Amino acid sequence: MTASMTREQGVELLRQMLRIRRFEERAAELYQLGKIHGFLHLYIGEEAVAAGSIPALMNDDAIVATYREHGHALVRGTSMRSLMAELFGKTTGCARGRGGSMHFFDASRRFYGGLAIVGGGLPVALGLALADKLQGRARVTACYFGDGAVAEGEFHESLNLAALWNLPVLFLCENNLYAMGTALARHQSQPDIAAKARAYALGAESVDGMDVLAVELATRRAVEFVRQGHGPFFLEYHTYRFRAHSMYDAELYRTKDEVNAWKQRDPIVTFQQALRAAKLLQDEDWDNLNASIAAEVEDAVAFAEAGPWEPVEDLTTDVYSRTVGDQLSAISQTPSADR
Amino acid sequence: MNITYREAVRSGMREALQRDPRVFLMGEDVGRYGGTYACSKGFLDEFGPERIRDTPLSESTFVGAGIGAALGGMRPIVEVMTVNFSLLALDQIMNNAATLRHMSGGQFSVPLVVRMATGAGRQVAAQHSHSLEGWYAHIPGITVLTPATVTDARGMLLTALEQPDPVFIFEHAYLYAMEGPLETNPVAVDISHAAVRRPGKDMSLLTFGGSLWKTLAAAARLAQEGIEAEVVDLRILRPLDRDTILSSVRKTHRAVVIDEAWRTGSFAAEVSAVIMEQAFYELDAPVVRVCSEEVPIPYPKHLEEAALPSAEKIVRAVRRLLG
Repeated sequence: MTASMTREQGVELLRQMLRIRRFEERAAELYQLGKIHGFLHLYIGEEAVAAGSIPALMNDDAIVATYREHGHALVRGTSMRSLMAELFGKTTGCARGRGGSMHFFDASRRFYGGLAIVGGGLPVALGLALADKLQGRARVTACYFGDGAVAEGEFHESLNLAALWNLPVLFLCENNLYAMGTALARHQSQPDIAAKARAYALGAESVDGMDVLAVELATRRAVEFVRQGHGPFFLEYHTYRFRAHSMYDAELYRTKDEVNAWKQRDPIVTFQQALRAAKLLQDEDWDNLNASIAAEVEDAVAFAEAGPWEPVEDLTTDVYSRTVGDQLSAISQTPSADR
Repeated sequence: MNITYREAVRSGMREALQRDPRVFLMGEDVGRYGGTYACSKGFLDEFGPERIRDTPLSESTFVGAGIGAALGGMRPIVEVMTVNFSLLALDQIMNNAATLRHMSGGQFSVPLVVRMATGAGRQVAAQHSHSLEGWYAHIPGITVLTPATVTDARGMLLTALEQPDPVFIFEHAYLYAMEGPLETNPVAVDISHAAVRRPGKDMSLLTFGGSLWKTLAAAARLAQEGIEAEVVDLRILRPLDRDTILSSVRKTHRAVVIDEAWRTGSFAAEVSAVIMEQAFYELDAPVVRVCSEEVPIPYPKHLEEAALPSAEKIVRAVRRLLG
């Protein structure tokens, strides 16, 4: 516990982690009730990473995330209403309901997804950073991905190119030890991920991803390094997913003992205890926090329920820009005998 | 004014780089080497290393970086050396470039231009002779251009850079050395319509890219036999200008589709289906396709020629069709 942390700062970190937890617990219930469909990858257990790292970014920095991005969008400030509506597939969702759980987007907060092919976000993050560099803007692009991405060619290509071109990218590896069901040690000859980054001449650091303060501290340092123009930086957060990979998963690949051991380090429980020990959190604060988040979640569910479905007539809008769409319809309507 | 196709591509890129500071070029050997096909020769000196960026052999990552840079407000031209290597970038093209606008509910535009050489005919064997533009035309969300003339090689690039959505330009490798007239029309060329390159009344020959010139040669020979074939250059594979195809077929009542790709699942199959769906009762004979043989393209000249469409094969197909 850092001595300099104010009560407000501590409670805010706790609040963000709790918002993610309660949002996702409710989403899992709604999935069972048939309100949410498709894949639903829960972040429960990993909340300290998003809650600690995203406040280290400025509002005009960019975020590229993965299919397990509910927490990142929530902490970034996209409304819980529009995120829940997106899970429902309603037009009031953050991507008009077209993406669902894996594809949250929010242009106004420079949140570029929600990209669901493992490793596929890294090159896009490089390009966003390159655009900033070419246009002389001191912005940072934060790119989240998991340990599974480390096996993809794009991981290696992107680390190399980011370092070669000195791009302002912050690589944020959420190492939860499993690429779906394959343990890191079963898919990597060198399981020290930060060592791989160093091999591409990047500065790299590993940090306890279950400790929200450690996450925040390390991320602030890394963001500052990148913003100063020193090139990319690589952070590895050691974290753990408490739930199944998606909604259905027999979890044959890990033991209950292992899961329970990690649950002892639940980032919300431990941080709450630390705040209490430091006299920064009272019972009343905790109760208020829970009540206000419960109300926010229920409000989001009601909002999602009330939202309209996209009319089928709009199915093909935005495949191309309006201009091209108009050209297309003009082509099909214009007689062409004169051409 | 006659210039080479290569010079036309170069002139289009040079003009774009000169007039729009958001435009930059990246790809393998585009800088110091001057471009594999010399399309960017001299650019590194003229525009500097920030805007003319040599990349590692990392197709997926530099195409993806093009997508990101486009999202970030730039107008990247990404040169993927050849279509053969673009297979390594398919994830970025299909899953990111093509989907982002629709999947984000219209929040994001990807104004990216990707150029690549395509096609066979230079004895470079099976792994360097693919014609996959028809595959790309399968993907909603992108525009697929196949410039066959000098004017299109230059002008389509300039028009592509004005599009808010990703555009893929396939330049047939055989054409770079070809000379042709550059029409000095100051207006950017249209990328919405097919073009009738040779009018005729007896037969529609529908083609695109490198096959255009084989088809025009075939049409010239047919003319000596008194057969007036109309040659339609599709120019844009997606979105396809169906009207020009259909109006030609409604006039000639016969169609041959020429496509350098393998016949099975070829773009020629799509064109043929369009005619069946929308002009079936106009036809006096079945639609015929002239495509490549279903083999990896072999190295020896006689086998490569046997595998690819040729003017001779087109002429034979037309004669068969006319009975």
